[in-house]
Amino acid sequence: MTNLAILPILIPFLSGVLVAFTHNRLGLTRTLAMLLAIVHLITMGFLSFHVLTEGSIVLEAGDWIAPYGIVLVLDPLSALLVLTTSIILVAAVWYAPSSVSEEQESFYFYAFVFLLITGVSGAFITGDLFNLFVFFEVLLMASYALITHGGKKVQLRESIKYVLINLFSSMLFVTTVSYVYAVLGTVNMAQLAERAAASDSPGIITTVAILLFFVFATKGAAFPLYYWLPRSYIVPNPVISALFGALLTKVGVYSLIRTFTLIFHQQPEIIDNLFIWVGNLTMLFGVLGALASRNIKLIVAYNIIPAIGFMLVGIGMFNIDGLSGSIYYLLQDMIIKAALFLLAGTIASLAGTADINKMGGMIRSHPMLGWMFFIGGLVLAGVPPFSGFIGKLLLVRGAFEKGETVTVIIMLITSLLILLSIVRAFIRVFWGEGNTGAEPAGKHGSQIFSAGFLMLFTVFLGIGAEAILPSVQQIADYLLEPQTYIELVLKGDH
Amino acid sequence: MEIIMIVLAGILFGFAVYNILQKRLLRIVIGTALLSHAAHLFILTMGKLKRGAAPVLREGAENYSDPLPQALILTSIVISFGVTSLLLVLAYRAVKTNGTDNMEELRGNNHD
Repeated sequence: MTNLAILPILIPFLSGVLVAFTHNRLGLTRTLAMLLAIVHLITMGFLSFHVLTEGSIVLEAGDWIAPYGIVLVLDPLSALLVLTTSIILVAAVWYAPSSVSEEQESFYFYAFVFLLITGVSGAFITGDLFNLFVFFEVLLMASYALITHGGKKVQLRESIKYVLINLFSSMLFVTTVSYVYAVLGTVNMAQLAERAAASDSPGIITTVAILLFFVFATKGAAFPLYYWLPRSYIVPNPVISALFGALLTKVGVYSLIRTFTLIFHQQPEIIDNLFIWVGNLTMLFGVLGALASRNIKLIVAYNIIPAIGFMLVGIGMFNIDGLSGSIYYLLQDMIIKAALFLLAGTIASLAGTADINKMGGMIRSHPMLGWMFFIGGLVLAGVPPFSGFIGKLLLVRGAFEKGETVTVIIMLITSLLILLSIVRAFIRVFWGEGNTGAEPAGKHGSQIFSAGFLMLFTVFLGIGAEAILPSVQQIADYLLEPQTYIELVLKGDH
Repeated sequence: MEIIMIVLAGILFGFAVYNILQKRLLRIVIGTALLSHAAHLFILTMGKLKRGAAPVLREGAENYSDPLPQALILTSIVISFGVTSLLLVLAYRAVKTNGTDNMEELRGNNHD
């Protein structure tokens, strides 16, 4: 039974290899990719159900007993995240044929997508700090290939910056891991947690933790390290943007949640304030960027950043409402960002431009698209009954509990400004007169459906919150008690 | 010995950052290569330098060097090898298509 924990890595990895072999038979590749993505989704659904009902699965790779070998830990948090990842994978593979050119598709497009998912899932389930670095590299390698896929002038220009910033933060990550090893003498997360808690010099651990915070904050695009994100996320194909926007920054946030709740919470007064203030500034600056843009893809890309701020603030609260708010927001934001990137891609491709000032009146020719984009905006801003509202409600409750009134005010202002930025784009694109993008829906039909598939999940997360919320609160409870994780991995016999 | 290694790693970090901040693309690539060397040297030092013992732990062995940093470095070297070669190809393609290797000119503007 414990071997099941490898499936989130194994299925996409083997799928990637398989579709790489069929790359010059496009029809077969498409069918195979869709089939494998659905198999992945079903398996992850089963695994998550199993983990949520029967308890976590821990796999000690190669039978090396923890903490000596690498462990893969499929606990409720990881399980929900790999499930969400597989939902996004299905939507992306569904959307791809109508958006990516055939030449690009046959150039190992699906293979790279599956390898990206391998890295993301691996980062979600690993229980070893150095292994986390390795999975970061796996997903980054796939993302380097995807961001340059197509080789347009602007893509090559922006991808250099993307590769460089990620390379730099990866090397900083390695350096930080070696600091951690020097201070605590292990890289197994459970053992790290145990030793950090028993350590008599919390000062040095906090110093190392802040270094690690900057590594993950660069990956997760927190203030002031987000400047590389918006422009490099809009240059590739919308499918790739959706995958990046939904998954890559969230891996950074997940790593922050995992390491800082488990290991580095030795001096809460420093760490909590760091999270809260970086979060506050991330929200404000990110949303200002969204307000200043006139490019619809850039507006969506900038809206990634305030969402990261919300999650960071929730981690900084370090109480049950704050953390469950962060996790809920993380799950729903992955889905809604993917959906919005796909919708923005469809809008830009219909209008032939991404500039919202040159569009108008599209609601008449494409009402479905319009209303879905509108609902997406409401979800982002946190209007009830959609999923964004539940996350924000929990976060606001957590902030009041902690006594952070300033943060509550910033959160509410940011939500309002997010609504403004999206609704303004909606009005410019869909109302009035002008370029209606009146070409027949044709190939855009499947694009709208795959975004609709994602919207279905966000609406479910909002209206069906009653079903999800108890599990999320359980996860938050479990994160607040590192002892549970330590016992789960080390089994108390070392 | 550890002190010398750490100072060396520090010097490498310094040179690497200096090179990354240059405008020519090739110097930036060299900077990232230096950066990875610095990081690897750093891992090696963090595992405490020892001589004259195998990194294999037998039962009852009293003297052994730590095998973990070596495993970590090996993994990290392979990864940075791959990334550096990818970056070189990417830089070559970017210079070919954009017609410049000056980062100042590769900045882009707000209209595209």
